[in-house]
Amino acid sequence: MITSAIIPRPLARLPWRLIFLVVGIATFGLIVLYSAAGGSLRPWALKQAIVFSGFLSIAVAMSWMKESTIKAFTFPVYGATLIMLIGVEAMGFVGKGAQRWLDIGPIRLQPSEFMKPAIVLALARFYELVPAAEIRKWRAIWPAIALLGVPAFLILVQPDLGTCIMVVLCGVTVMFLAGLPWWLFAAPVAAVAVAAPIAYGMMHGYQRKRIDVFLNPESDPLGAGYHIAQSKIAIGSGGIWGKGFLQGSQSHLDYLPEGHTDFVFATMAEEWGLVGGTILILAFAAVIRWGMRVSQNARTRFAQLAAAGLSATVFFYVSINLMMVMGLAPVVGVPLPLVSFGGSAVMTVMLCLGLLMALERQQRTVSRLA
Amino acid sequence: MKHVRFTSAHQSIAFSRRMMLLGGAQVAVGGLLIGRMGWLAVAQNEKYQLLSENNRVQLIPVPPRRGWIIDRNGKPIAINRSSFRVDIIPQQLEKGRDVVGELARLIALNADDVERIRRELAESRGFQPVSVADNITYEKYAAVTVHLPDLPGVQATRGFSRYYPDGPAVAHLLGYVGTANAKEYEAEDKNPLLIIPGFKIGKQGLEKVLEPHLRGTPGGQRVEVTARGKLVKELDPKPDRSGQTVQLTIDQGLQQYAARRMGDQSGALVAMDVGTGDMLAFVSMPAFDPNSFSEGIGRTEWKMLSENDHIPLLNKVSQGLYPSGSTIKPAMALAFLQQGVDPKRRVVCNGGYQIGNRYFRCDAVHGSMDMHSAIERSCNTYFWATGLITDPEKTTEMVNMLGYGQEFDLPLPSQRFGTMPSPKWLEKKYHRKWQGYDTANTSIGQGYVLINPLQLAVMPARLAAGKLLQPRLLMTGGRKPAPNIDADPAHLAIIREAMAAVVNGSGTAVASKLPLDGVLMAGKTGTAQVFRLGERGHQGAWALRDHALFIAFAPADKPRYAIGCIIEHGGFGASAAAPIVRDTMTYLFDQQKAWTALEPLEKQWGGSLAERNARQLGAFKATSLANGQA
Repeated sequence: MITSAIIPRPLARLPWRLIFLVVGIATFGLIVLYSAAGGSLRPWALKQAIVFSGFLSIAVAMSWMKESTIKAFTFPVYGATLIMLIGVEAMGFVGKGAQRWLDIGPIRLQPSEFMKPAIVLALARFYELVPAAEIRKWRAIWPAIALLGVPAFLILVQPDLGTCIMVVLCGVTVMFLAGLPWWLFAAPVAAVAVAAPIAYGMMHGYQRKRIDVFLNPESDPLGAGYHIAQSKIAIGSGGIWGKGFLQGSQSHLDYLPEGHTDFVFATMAEEWGLVGGTILILAFAAVIRWGMRVSQNARTRFAQLAAAGLSATVFFYVSINLMMVMGLAPVVGVPLPLVSFGGSAVMTVMLCLGLLMALERQQRTVSRLA
Repeated sequence: MKHVRFTSAHQSIAFSRRMMLLGGAQVAVGGLLIGRMGWLAVAQNEKYQLLSENNRVQLIPVPPRRGWIIDRNGKPIAINRSSFRVDIIPQQLEKGRDVVGELARLIALNADDVERIRRELAESRGFQPVSVADNITYEKYAAVTVHLPDLPGVQATRGFSRYYPDGPAVAHLLGYVGTANAKEYEAEDKNPLLIIPGFKIGKQGLEKVLEPHLRGTPGGQRVEVTARGKLVKELDPKPDRSGQTVQLTIDQGLQQYAARRMGDQSGALVAMDVGTGDMLAFVSMPAFDPNSFSEGIGRTEWKMLSENDHIPLLNKVSQGLYPSGSTIKPAMALAFLQQGVDPKRRVVCNGGYQIGNRYFRCDAVHGSMDMHSAIERSCNTYFWATGLITDPEKTTEMVNMLGYGQEFDLPLPSQRFGTMPSPKWLEKKYHRKWQGYDTANTSIGQGYVLINPLQLAVMPARLAAGKLLQPRLLMTGGRKPAPNIDADPAHLAIIREAMAAVVNGSGTAVASKLPLDGVLMAGKTGTAQVFRLGERGHQGAWALRDHALFIAFAPADKPRYAIGCIIEHGGFGASAAAPIVRDTMTYLFDQQKAWTALEPLEKQWGGSLAERNARQLGAFKATSLANGQA
């Protein structure tokens, strides 16, 4: 919040700290993409820069939205996204193939991406409507499970396991913060902990092998574990200071697969080392903290839950991707927001940040008026 | 809070608490991620850096040049020639395409080669390149290179191939080199060097035994390649180190001369330096051409070699075993002397000797014989009679010490060292007592006595030097001074004098005096029965004829060289083996004279060794072709 006589008021009242952080992360991402292309703006860095600028403008524009407007749009947007998901499913059924997007003229819409902020807003709106006294009742639980379960199932059968996990985690976070009973979250965790070894025992050989490969990627370095093994080599060989800009052999010699999309962090870590990685992680932490602060300072229950849920979305994006890249989670296809090449993740994250900025502006406006 | 009404105040507290929990979890995950990254990038940095380098840099091995083999004077016996070659990588062949046929037209392969290539392709294991042609001309190489894009799986390279300037003359000494087979490849832990096209390893003889010295260390072209195998750039190469040059004690000129002097006969000749034990010649004839073996031998040539009754594929020097015949007599006589037999003691030869109920026939009626004349004229009766009054165990000990039946420490892949029978040996092997006729047979080198041509040279060398000379083939490594033979020098002098008389007195080899002034040769003839005792075949079917043997040293008074020679089925030792030894010995003193002696002989045989070999192969090919058509 820069206050100066020279800068016009509307500009000065933008959340510049967040914008600097986001632009910083994205610029670093562009540098990595430039290197991943062998020191070239094409085919990735330039395109990504344009997409990012576009969505940043949209996010900034969104920051003028009123909380009431967001609330009013919440269920219609959720409903529309759900219909699109069903539409994708139907088209996939007709076209006899897996499909994740809708072609609308020149734009290619991936409805599952919209679902991440949409589910957060829908659940936040739902729990705002539930009176405090009712929160422990079954009535407060089943609609939320339905709101979350239907789209999650539709995304799972696309099949897009990564997005499905993301949607479920974002929704569950909102439900958790809304104050649902503990056992509702503890029980499934306990159930999985008990069931996993039994399920492992009952699995077929090839299914077990997949899990074994995840647990020990080096056991199958040329097969399923190749991605993780090469990614770990890239990160591990980078050392503290990295091999230097444009010097990463793993990415430049194509040993690292998906070095510009899901495994972009490994490309970065190889050239910038532990230092670059830590700075990037701390930058994301600052973004998430900013969002969590918005939630803490929120005056309304909707704003509280929505801001926390949207921050959690960014958090799950970053943490699932990094865990996957470092061999702590299976490869599920979650990109690193603002850094990985590709429009969808940028769009989702910028929508989340736009909504957060809107909620944050609301707090300031309201507080000033008060 | 269980049954308390949940108010918005409660809700607010719960929210803050859960927010803190969520924030804490997020911080924990962040910490975990940074920690994990630190673990990978710092603690395991070395490991991953190595893996990354392994990914980045590939080593294309560059085979080392094989070390030369040179003779005692530094003349090359085995060298490398720059060559052009064509190979097929079976894995990369297009299915259903007759690449071999196309290549055959392109570089004019003969039917033999085509057959061999097809056979090897059928037996190949994918990884192993099949040699199409070695040592092709530059024109042919260029022709293949031009067509390479349309010939998937075909490789044309330039490299080095082994060349033996003396060809068959050194075949059994050096052996040959060849492409490693699957077994050899696995025996070396799948050494990638072995499957480089054109890389040869020693397969026989010294080439095989000296492999560790001759091979050298491969270098490598280090290249940076992408995951798809595309070459990005060449890094500084790791130079290869050529194999060591190995110097032999062999005299290349002598080796070649002896091989040629043997003509078309089947036999072996070994020459030694009496001063040092250096082996100067190591000849087994007839022999294959190691050059054609090293290039991958054609089927017709192989067939010719394996069907030849002169067994050119056998190294007769170390693998051939023969009865020693009368060449054993000097050693026998020395043993007799040591056991107290008076050299002046006389035995009357009436043309034979009765032992038990058997009558042993001597070659002639020699009359009254003492030790000197018995050796000189090779009288069996004397040795039968004297053998019977001495201890066969002690006699065998002496003969054995002089070399017969001994194995020598030589870099040969295998050595058959034969038998020198004794009563103890007989008891152990055949569980029977030593009889008079065993003594009789052994004293004239028949019966169980079996020796190899190495021993045939060591025997006269040891007699001449009076020392337990050890034969050696490599110039490297120190010479150990040889201990003296456990015998009275006066006794040795008697033996040497008798051997000198064999050639220069009125002995069995007077026809083989050296044509040199002041250099006398001492020797002993031997004629070993092959077929049956008592039925001596000097003429008749070749395979039934006796083996001819001759041992010699010269000069008789101050010995410098010793030679042992056997000519299989040559008839009398004096007529078949002694002249070859004479000429070979002459070569050591006067090369010009020796060549002059060889010239008319080669003319008579129909050309030099190389010319005759080529003609023989041509004739064999023509016959087998005619047979094949019939």
